Amino acid sequence: MPVELIKEKYSGAINTMEIGKGAGAVKIGGETTLPFLFEEGAMPNKPIVALEILDTDPPGRPADCGVTLLCVRLAGIHPDNGNKSADDAVKSLKSIAAGAGMPLVITGCGDAEKDNEVLPKVSQAFRGENCLFGIATQNNYKTLAATCLADGHSIIAESPIDINIAKQVNILISDMGFDPKRIVMHPTTTSLGYGMEYVYSIMERARLAAFVGDRMLAMPFILFIGQEVWKTKEAKEAGEIQGINWEISTSVSMLQAGADLLVMRHPEAARGIVKYIDEMMKGAKP
Amino acid sequence: MALSGLDIYKLLPKTNCRDCGFSTCLAFAMALAQKKASLDKCPHVTDSAREALESASQPPIKLVTIGKGESRIEIGNETVMYRHEQKFYHPTAIGILVEDTLIEAEIAKTISEINGLHFERVGQTIGVNLVCIKNSSKTADKFLAAVCRVASATKLNLALSSSDGASVSAGLAIIKDRRPLVICEDQDAIDDFINTALEYNVPLAVTSSTLDEASELTAKAKKLGLEELVINIKAKGIASRIQDFTFARRAALRKNIRTVGYPVMAFTDSGESPQELAEAVSYVLKYAGLVIVKNTKKEFIFPLLVARQDVYQDPQKPVQVEPKIYEIGKVTKDSPLLVTTNFSITYFTVAGEVESSKVPSRILCCDAEGMSVLTAWAAEKFTAETIADTLDKSGIKDMISHKRVIIPGYVSVLSGKLEEVSGWQVAVGPREASGIPNYLRGLR
Repeated sequence: MPVELIKEKYSGAINTMEIGKGAGAVKIGGETTLPFLFEEGAMPNKPIVALEILDTDPPGRPADCGVTLLCVRLAGIHPDNGNKSADDAVKSLKSIAAGAGMPLVITGCGDAEKDNEVLPKVSQAFRGENCLFGIATQNNYKTLAATCLADGHSIIAESPIDINIAKQVNILISDMGFDPKRIVMHPTTTSLGYGMEYVYSIMERARLAAFVGDRMLAMPFILFIGQEVWKTKEAKEAGEIQGINWEISTSVSMLQAGADLLVMRHPEAARGIVKYIDEMMKGAKP
Repeated sequence: MALSGLDIYKLLPKTNCRDCGFSTCLAFAMALAQKKASLDKCPHVTDSAREALESASQPPIKLVTIGKGESRIEIGNETVMYRHEQKFYHPTAIGILVEDTLIEAEIAKTISEINGLHFERVGQTIGVNLVCIKNSSKTADKFLAAVCRVASATKLNLALSSSDGASVSAGLAIIKDRRPLVICEDQDAIDDFINTALEYNVPLAVTSSTLDEASELTAKAKKLGLEELVINIKAKGIASRIQDFTFARRAALRKNIRTVGYPVMAFTDSGESPQELAEAVSYVLKYAGLVIVKNTKKEFIFPLLVARQDVYQDPQKPVQVEPKIYEIGKVTKDSPLLVTTNFSITYFTVAGEVESSKVPSRILCCDAEGMSVLTAWAAEKFTAETIADTLDKSGIKDMISHKRVIIPGYVSVLSGKLEEVSGWQVAVGPREASGIPNYLRGLR
């Protein structure tokens, strides 16, 4: 007795975006269904894992763990953490980029003033490289958006676990003449056990809204899993394996809520999630 | 799924005979829809109409109870696809697989590990719920021996998984009082399993590769009188199973399709630890009522249980932290004191920023019924009076040498009143938690 299945057919799709250029460029977005429901719609690009490193990390090649994207956080430019100049930031980024051979996501240190001073110079130095820059917020987006627009980069728009502000930031940035298809949303990341479910539901709601036609919520999602997970005592204080598992569980939850780009910290966790994504994508229709 | 008066009318004889006491069939149908009349009043209703009406009054996904007493598990009876629509009601049960091919000592060791798999977290005890004994040996003797060993060594709920009805029947004879779940692994043996489940009044899980097959099996079991059923989807890739779980839930909720209106379950298929964890978390998030895993390590089970705890959290009820004094870093009597609400996200955000400031500090969480700062202020749960009262009763005065308290920047309006009613010196901190590190370092 065949079961009468109800398959959703949505009219909207998530924007597609490319990061980097040439053979190593990665593509994200383009979904026409909730995650991995291949009977219902398409997921033309698999979710991507980026390994996160800090500009203050000791030099050397990032761990080889199957990722295709690198995220560099300019922690060292923070006034309380070295207060590195823009020129020095560019120098260390150039050497990281040369060694990595992967497209880059570049984020500031979180100090709005210093980020606004340094990021435009970094953006110029990587002009034409089609990087993804962050992080723009409702109160601080103009400088970064203007410089990304001038130098041909994409931008990360952040909101504090709030679907209305998420939409608002996207509108503000688009109103500057920025192509909405070059915006990635950061709905705020929370670790497993620390409010993960709030972000999970905000993402589901935003996705459903995008699928029925809200173009200002049709941006791919980025989540900074590593940063949040490795702040928790469950990850830090109960041995490395539990920390890795904490990062994996958080990542899986975000992927099941619609994440397109995960920024991860531990190479073993990143490797596990790359494998998981490949396993999930086996169901994709050719 | 409730039927409208018109839906019910279509099922009635439409003769307006008035035998029910109402003047027309439509009037009777309207009364039925409002539950003001009983279908028994109509002597002419057909059996098929009665069945349709009765099934419409049932919950779309059957509630299934495994086990007895306080630690019993209830799964199913869910009402929404997305937790933001309402909430998920019955948390996924987590079971651990024990194969009957293990030798006695291995079973004892595994069970003692399983018995330790419970944790305290945000004021709740979370743990695994069930041990599943699998008849991997395909022999009745080994199965029975394993059932006896496991049952005597753990108080957790039990499940018996086999393709042989006779073996399960023998096992049930011993542990029927525990009301275990019986899992029929082989469709060809379904008749034996249905009879056994009926005899011992236990829930039955049917195993199949597709929802169509599952639907046939549950229809058969239902016809023979079994009500509490579970659908076990065979290993065939995580994405494919999740699709089946999603489609079954949607068909049950939206179309009231009874044959898939049961909780769903899965055994994990992946071997190694990180992959198995990723697989199990996926099923917990996407609608499984029961997931049976192989790994018994704490560092594997704990994040799985927390994922379940998170996603089954009621979105209407904020998670709270205990309203008390929290010490961050190596505090002294002179360390700063910050005050905030007991909404967990607020507290964890503030605590995280205080920690990253590297300035040892105390955080006093006021009982604001789990609301965030601005919401609690608007609802008058976070006022000068409540903060003063908390300062007074928390015992903080005896812990520190100063009387300076830092309040969130968003409630700066409270500072004057708070100084007045509490006698403390009030400083206004930053509006956003992200400003805390700079602020605290500036105090030095």
